[in-house]
Amino acid sequence: MTRIDARFAALKREGRAGLVTFVMAGDPDHETSAAILKALPEAGADVIEIGMPFTDPMADGPAIQAAGLRALRAGQNLVKTLELARDFRSADQATPIVLMGYYNPIYIYGVARFLVDAKAAGVDGLIVVDLPPEEDAELCLPTLQAGLNFIRLATPTTDDRRLPAVLANTSGFVYYVSITGITGGAAPDTGVVVEAVRRIKRHTGLPVAVGFGVRDAGSAAAIARGAEAVVVGSALVEKVRLSLDAAGKATPATVAAVASLVAELAAGVRNARQQAAE
Amino acid sequence: MNVLPHPNSYRTGPDEHGHFGIYGGRFVAETLMPLILDLEKAYADARADPRFRKEMDSHLATYVGRPSPLYFAERLTGHCGGAKIYFKREELNHTGAHKVNNVLGQIMLALRMGKTRIIAETGAGMHGVATATLCAKFGLPCIVYMGAVDVERQKPNVLRMKMLGAEVRAVESGSRTLKDAMNEALRDWVTNVAETFYCIGTVAGPHPYPAMVRDFQSIIGEETREQMLAAEGRLPDSLVACIGGGSNAMGLFYPFLDDRAIEIYGVEAAGLGLATGKHAASIAGGRPGVLHGNRTYLLMNEDGQIEEAHSISAGLDYPGIGPEHAWLNDLGRVKFLSATDDEAVAAFALCSKLEGIIPALEPAHALARAIDIARQKPKDHLMVVNLSGRGDKDLATVADYLQRCT
Repeated sequence: MTRIDARFAALKREGRAGLVTFVMAGDPDHETSAAILKALPEAGADVIEIGMPFTDPMADGPAIQAAGLRALRAGQNLVKTLELARDFRSADQATPIVLMGYYNPIYIYGVARFLVDAKAAGVDGLIVVDLPPEEDAELCLPTLQAGLNFIRLATPTTDDRRLPAVLANTSGFVYYVSITGITGGAAPDTGVVVEAVRRIKRHTGLPVAVGFGVRDAGSAAAIARGAEAVVVGSALVEKVRLSLDAAGKATPATVAAVASLVAELAAGVRNARQQAAE
Repeated sequence: MNVLPHPNSYRTGPDEHGHFGIYGGRFVAETLMPLILDLEKAYADARADPRFRKEMDSHLATYVGRPSPLYFAERLTGHCGGAKIYFKREELNHTGAHKVNNVLGQIMLALRMGKTRIIAETGAGMHGVATATLCAKFGLPCIVYMGAVDVERQKPNVLRMKMLGAEVRAVESGSRTLKDAMNEALRDWVTNVAETFYCIGTVAGPHPYPAMVRDFQSIIGEETREQMLAAEGRLPDSLVACIGGGSNAMGLFYPFLDDRAIEIYGVEAAGLGLATGKHAASIAGGRPGVLHGNRTYLLMNEDGQIEEAHSISAGLDYPGIGPEHAWLNDLGRVKFLSATDDEAVAAFALCSKLEGIIPALEPAHALARAIDIARQKPKDHLMVVNLSGRGDKDLATVADYLQRCT
């Protein structure tokens, strides 16, 4: 049982949905990024996704593209991203860490070496956007063998015929992409999303987390009524951007800006089912 | 470089998963995966349908103007004093480059699939112009993504695309060149999945694009084969083509891959020189990685971050290369060379003056190396250079360049 499995089991016992927060490693710089990560659990994040910056993030919208470029310009690389995970883990043994990004930096680091180092750093799972089930042999199967979760994205275009293939080697949770589009895009129609999550649940017992286009407590709460967790990313990295000074450097407000949005989102997600029951 | 054992045929790839050796594949987001599987099936159906081929041949003859001539470049041959140099005149195609061969096939396939909106990426603008042209002909809306840097340096093609009714979207993200245009086109596709057909301009991207684009471009090599047999009574001894993504090269090379006596040369853009790091030669200066849906040679740093390519030619200014070229390189079947900006501009000027043909800067790279190779060959050596596009679009760039250098 990974920390991800344990966390979703705990959420189930508490009878509430979880909040999954995405921030970019090294954005706006390594130290501030470490401080943001540290602040997330206390602000109400249940699972932490750390973005591995990449020059060519083809599934991401402008907010996450810009966050990745800020991080790369500040000198972030995969070695330092693993350091961030290790630092976080030394102070927090319970909150699951999922690394999210694109395959090339991992491929260049070396898959076997990466899995050893990620596990040693306290990473619990991976989401790699450009590795569909057709390329499972690359990283998914080695990841499962290493005892980490490989979390797959399911999308509105993943029909019932294809879902079993997508779910076959998925573990930890299923990440449902609520819209056809890029991160931070159009807001999803919550009714459609809830129906889509029901469809996925007919095929799997895994928890379902819903992301893409969720940006405030209201939309987070609406989705939390029908899913095990809600993922928020673009809205958080936008908070980072808006807090920077004219030179693009972190300010005393940066960490607090992210934490306060996380707190609002967490309140929305936590109250969602209670409100639904009333 | 690992030299692999020679296969029985070089024309068997890709395998059913879209791999050429370790290259190729389908490294795309899940949202796109069902579309790519649909496309693969639709293309297989179209390929097996003689009516599709017949309709395509008819458009190629009456609209594109095929076959393009195989021309004996007599004065350039005399200048070099060695091999007999022929040009495959792809610059005489409608729209002025080889790009139209592929676009025609893809647009016909889009119509067959019931798609109602076409998107494309473009570097030099030739693929964008070809896509805009065929969308006009077939009455489809067309959106072309083009890096903001390229919009600036290829203005005539931007005007052509707009005149043809296409919407040109300048891409301001990343390095604002071809790779970023491709990222943006993929983002559009992932957002507008149901009605949109992504018309990729080169032999790269997720399977089935590299094989499909190669097939549509192979008419270049098929015609060359017949034309050379008619002109000289035998096959050529060498083939030379420039390589960015590598579609004009793949189109010329593919029908000759199993004629093992034929020397095949691909010419990458060496920009300011391979040693400066400012180039677009992914085979000479890159290593295998994963980008834009396929594994291939890429320019990148030690962290796997993609580096900006540099070339005077916008059409070669891409940090990758088609996966089949990567495979042919490792097998040693195609020899990859490079030419600098300086060498390409010199060849551009020489070809213009000796032959009355102003080549695009892209094939000027092929010409630069062809001239060197021709000098070392005997007079009965038959060489074909793919003159993949015309140079009107590059006149301002070359004029600026020559002014700076004098």
